[in-house]
Amino acid sequence: MADLRIAGLRKSFGNVHAVRGVDLEIADGEFTVLVGQSGCGKSTLLRAIAGLEEIDEGTIAIGGQVVNEDPPYRRDIAMVFQNYALYPYMTVFENIAFGLRARRTPGAEVQAKVQQTARLLAIDHLLDRQPRQLSGGQLQRVAIGRAIVRNARLYLFDEPLSNLDAQLREEMRGEIKRLHQEMGKTMIYVTHDQIEAMTMADRIVLMRDGRIEQQGAPLDLYERPATRYVAGFLGSPAMNFVDAALIADNGGIGVRLSDGTVLGLSSTRMQRLAGRNDGAIVLGVRPEHISRFEGNRRPGVVRHRAQIDLVQPTGARTYATFQLGGTAVVAELQAHDVSQPGEQVDLAIDMNRAVLIDPSSEHVVS
Amino acid sequence: MTSSRRKRALVVWRTLAAVALTTCFLFPIYWLFMISFKTPEEIFAFPPRWWPSHIQFDNYAVLFKDGDAVTVWNSLVVASASTVLAMLLGTLCAYSLARFRTGGVHLSNWIISQRMVPPIAVVFPIFLMYVFLGWVDTYLGLILVYTAFNLPYVIWMMRGYILDIPVSLEEAALVDGWTRWQVLWKVVMPMARAGLFATAILTFIFAWNEFLFALVLTRTEVATYTVQVTHYFGGQSGFWAKISAMSVLGTLPIFVVVAFMQRYLVRGISLGAVKG
Repeated sequence: MADLRIAGLRKSFGNVHAVRGVDLEIADGEFTVLVGQSGCGKSTLLRAIAGLEEIDEGTIAIGGQVVNEDPPYRRDIAMVFQNYALYPYMTVFENIAFGLRARRTPGAEVQAKVQQTARLLAIDHLLDRQPRQLSGGQLQRVAIGRAIVRNARLYLFDEPLSNLDAQLREEMRGEIKRLHQEMGKTMIYVTHDQIEAMTMADRIVLMRDGRIEQQGAPLDLYERPATRYVAGFLGSPAMNFVDAALIADNGGIGVRLSDGTVLGLSSTRMQRLAGRNDGAIVLGVRPEHISRFEGNRRPGVVRHRAQIDLVQPTGARTYATFQLGGTAVVAELQAHDVSQPGEQVDLAIDMNRAVLIDPSSEHVVS
Repeated sequence: MTSSRRKRALVVWRTLAAVALTTCFLFPIYWLFMISFKTPEEIFAFPPRWWPSHIQFDNYAVLFKDGDAVTVWNSLVVASASTVLAMLLGTLCAYSLARFRTGGVHLSNWIISQRMVPPIAVVFPIFLMYVFLGWVDTYLGLILVYTAFNLPYVIWMMRGYILDIPVSLEEAALVDGWTRWQVLWKVVMPMARAGLFATAILTFIFAWNEFLFALVLTRTEVATYTVQVTHYFGGQSGFWAKISAMSVLGTLPIFVVVAFMQRYLVRGISLGAVKG
């Protein structure tokens, strides 16, 4: 068993509180992604798990054993570093074998394991090379190889793909996920890239200012964000936020935007929002929940006529920017839904999928 | 003049300047070697003889017969031992300063300031102390004082080289299962190899050329070659032969060391230079 339990973890560097009380449980075999902006404490948390950072408070237990006092070499962890951390004076083979040698693995076994790992990562033809003879993608594969060649309890990845170009990053993302499926090991992956988090994770742990903002399965977080921060962090283009006021209008409930536009809400929403009417609220709408109005009125979908200010085709989809309640809002439309800026179009805003956020607490209220 | 002719003229001038400069620097060494092979008459011949009429090793033979050559051995023992000691201690101190911020930001500055102490200011207190300890004219005495004098330099240089090594290389090794001592040996040493050799060579050269401490702290047993050479200066001019032969003996080991280590020396020094 290699589950991980973290309780009340705190770490500061002088006056800077990097991690301010984190409780986290990761099950055996789970792929967890720690995600957040730079400085949110995700890397510090990972380094604390590895034993590279001493912690101020709290406990870290791997497989039921508290490892707080254990130096890194006793924690039985493998880690992939952002800058690869390969030894320039060793061949690729020796780099991969380095951790096995630390554990006095017999020579024949080292040979077999390194070969096997190299084949898995398609770098078996590079084993005699020096790191300086490799490309960025190859270096990253070697760095991953060095970690997975060992049968460690926990595998840690510290922004391993951030030095790669976009195409390679996409490829390696799939590769790492495939490795996890094949190995079934507990993996913790740190990134600031929400796409990496969404695509790779069994569970996302979204961090902010040294605390966990929200955690859960990727689509759970995406569809049911707990706070404005989570709603805005996940998704690209990001969720649109429009300041509004809750109003009750003849039997229904809706939001009124600053320009007077009223967008109605469904009756189920109304029950949950009972007692909150006439208050300020932030309306959050994802770009993909705004589409071209096709004439069929579905409950909860409101029609809105807008002038398109900016058109950004990406091929599969086209992003169209328009004004909603005095705020620039992005809609993700079909490729040919709009063609020119200045065009007047009827849009359908799916209010069933919209989130309403309390502006003072920044929590999602409905 | 066409540009290609101008270019050729420039190359000629540059080559001439380089030859002239090299001659200036190498002539004293050439002259030293030549004197050591000459007979006393040839040394003082006028006009000067540019090379001896025949190569003869009498001047060297005398040094070995009288036992003077043993001072080169003394130099070798003292310089080697103090270099090894200073490198060992200095590298460990430097690692501690670089990686654990031992002593905060000021300790390393304080250490390098120790290098600026003029030897003449401390040589007599050390002498008195050595008399009390019975260390005058012993290998131990000289080795310790050279080590002490070289330590700040070694610590300062090695700290810089270690700071240049990405920390993540060491962290990766720690996570891979190596202990801190093993990391020092398997990661830090190979990564700092060029700097290590460059520092060791300069440390060795300092100890090899040192004169003041050797003069005050030795008598006859462990006198180094730099001290021995001065014994030949005096009224009798014939000693020029001995002086030059002794100097050649004293120069050769450094030649050999630098010739073998030149690669590291150049790389190590330029490493430090780029860092600024």
